[in-house]
Amino acid sequence: MPASFYDEMHAADAGVRAHYRHFDHWLSTTAPDRVAQKRSEADLLFRRAGITFAVYGEAAGTERLIPFDIIPRIIPQHEWRMLERGLKQRVHALNLFLHDVYHEQKIVRAGIVPAEKVLGNAQFRESMRGVDVPGGIYAHIAGVDIVRAGEGEYYVLEDNLRVPSGVSYMLENRKMMMRLFPELFAREMVAPVDHYPDMLLENLRAVGPAGLPNPTVVLLTPGVYNSAYFEHSFLAQQMGIELVQGRDLFVKNRVVFMHTTRGPQRVDVIYRRIDDDFLDPQAFRADSMLGVPGLFEAYLAGNVTLANAIGTGVADDKSMYIHVPDMIRFYLAEEPVLSNVPTWQPSRPEDLSYVLAHLADVVVKEVHGAGGYGMLVGPAATQAELEDFRARLIADPGRYIAQPTLALSTCPTFAGTDIAPRHIDLRPFVLSGRDINLVPGGLSRVALREGSLVVNSSQGGGTKDTWVLEA
Amino acid sequence: MLSRTANELYWMARHIERAENTARMLDITSQLALLPYRQMEPGQSWAAPWAIPLITTGLATDFYARHPVLSPENVLDFLVCDASNPSSIAACINAARESGRAVRGSISQEMYEDLNLTWLELQHYTLERVLSQGPSDFFDWVKRRSHLFRGATFGTMLRDEGYSFIRMGTFLERADNTARIVDVKYYTLLPSLDDVGGAVDYYQWSALLRSVSAFEAYRKIYRDTITPVRVAELLILREDMPRSLHACMGEMYEILKGLSDAGTREPERLAGEIHAQLHYGRTEQIFATGLHEYLMAFLDKTSQLAQEITDHFLVPVQR
Repeated sequence: MPASFYDEMHAADAGVRAHYRHFDHWLSTTAPDRVAQKRSEADLLFRRAGITFAVYGEAAGTERLIPFDIIPRIIPQHEWRMLERGLKQRVHALNLFLHDVYHEQKIVRAGIVPAEKVLGNAQFRESMRGVDVPGGIYAHIAGVDIVRAGEGEYYVLEDNLRVPSGVSYMLENRKMMMRLFPELFAREMVAPVDHYPDMLLENLRAVGPAGLPNPTVVLLTPGVYNSAYFEHSFLAQQMGIELVQGRDLFVKNRVVFMHTTRGPQRVDVIYRRIDDDFLDPQAFRADSMLGVPGLFEAYLAGNVTLANAIGTGVADDKSMYIHVPDMIRFYLAEEPVLSNVPTWQPSRPEDLSYVLAHLADVVVKEVHGAGGYGMLVGPAATQAELEDFRARLIADPGRYIAQPTLALSTCPTFAGTDIAPRHIDLRPFVLSGRDINLVPGGLSRVALREGSLVVNSSQGGGTKDTWVLEA
Repeated sequence: MLSRTANELYWMARHIERAENTARMLDITSQLALLPYRQMEPGQSWAAPWAIPLITTGLATDFYARHPVLSPENVLDFLVCDASNPSSIAACINAARESGRAVRGSISQEMYEDLNLTWLELQHYTLERVLSQGPSDFFDWVKRRSHLFRGATFGTMLRDEGYSFIRMGTFLERADNTARIVDVKYYTLLPSLDDVGGAVDYYQWSALLRSVSAFEAYRKIYRDTITPVRVAELLILREDMPRSLHACMGEMYEILKGLSDAGTREPERLAGEIHAQLHYGRTEQIFATGLHEYLMAFLDKTSQLAQEITDHFLVPVQR
């Protein structure tokens, strides 16, 4: 691993970076007692508001706070403009790709993406072939993970096109910062993010079934024991829509209804936070207790819109990731604004032997993995873990990709009462409806353990407020 | 609104109200236990004061399945702390918070935070702590938290259907609980027949009044000694007494009138029937029936009403 990392706040030789100057001044002139008191206040407020997440594998109903760090991640305006352009471009191309793979498959015929990677992909839904979705939009909500390695050097780490989560923390973190430190926002022009729910609702209403001027939108959650339940209820409330569970819905004559105190009411757009597999026990996993029998038929009949669409997973797994820059060139005839992290595919013999030879230096991820589970961070791994992954790679190379261990940028972060650099990433949320939008910022996640590169909340990560400066 | 949401709101309110009334019931019990009472023959320990909250709530069998001995500590453990008893104060607060969490988008943020804070504070109460600082302190805490939650609801919630279901949960549970609290006196035997109208009788009735915050109201209205007939009138028939059966059923009827449409006339009709009996009822008739019998018949009617509300609004059968 490189000895030094790009720090968001401090330049190696030139002191505090320009966009952090106000904040640095505030931090150095504010009494440590006051900062400490505000930090514990934040904890208390988050706990009282019940802004918690459930941890899988612990006793049912275990609720934890995601640690919140009060030092914001600040992005200067010119960098954000570049990120925004790159994100819109990328999500645009991904939606075109999804439409294409479920229709003519031009990109396959052009020889850019191998046919077996599409057709043989576990996330490819044969039943979606030839199905037209409103506006041709599949990924209505995309959470794109971005890391920085050096000055101006941003990389896309992955595209989350199924049910990306975390946006509620982006919103709550901002609310918390404004409540705790209003003086900071008086000095600095921080771009607002709190119109996200409005923007989301507007996008969802724009993709209703054809001919419905005033569609009824609902949010479908797996229920209170889901790790992201807080977010589901939060978004439903902010948008003023019903938060439904599978058992609240039923399908009659290929139309979806919900049980209300006034009898059945038609549902037109479902912002679903349930994976494809669990949506409809008649069409997908028969043992799903979360879904709605007949939903898929209603969907195929065009009587209900699902956001995101069924089958988006084919575009966001890690084996398809490597083709995204080519998708941008193919569909948009543009050069990608944002780069991919260089990626080895162990399914290729020469890549496999390289990865095996450099296992202690690379990061290995499962193609279908998520949430930081099932991955190997070479430099931090024990000998046993390395050997375990070596065996797994040899046994099933197609299941993995490998990437160099990036020198992820760091941001000053409270560690106890001291401040120390910790690695961070950024997840902006890109919305597609009538057009492509995003609020300036996103969720900044921070790996709280010294030296750790894993930022997932399930793996000991925390969050920070993300500031895009307007001037 | 979504039936499941209405159901959660209704039960959230019922559980908060039940926690409060269990605290009230235990409060009167601990006061009655300080007064002399007639010793029973062996095997009739049920009339001991600490058995009363178990009998009136119908939980005696469950209690004896867990505790062989009737003691204040065991009853408090069972009705305050025991998470496996769905009617304990801890279980009620837990259930109310779970319901609130399931529909937090349908209640105001202040309501949810208040509910959540109650739950967080509850985690600090152990049986030892409740006993060592005096159970009355704990009962006061429960009542205060319940008042706060009702206040947050009244002060911040949109007057939509959800509000109606919360109010229904509150009043239905309160009517049920007040009836059970009034019935306590039925089980509380006096040291001897000569004591009817005597000092112990007086203290029992006044403890009962205090437990439903009606002592001052009694004094204000009657300006006279405490008699069973008047207590019954106050807690059953008075429309202006906020915990009386009449007041609760008046609210129920008004709410259901506002909610009903062609498909949901039966809950409204039944609430109207129960309300009319209270509205035009007389104490003479109650005592001619027998107070205990009258209250039992009332509890039957309200549980029927609860069933109608469930079938029509909360867990509708797919038609």
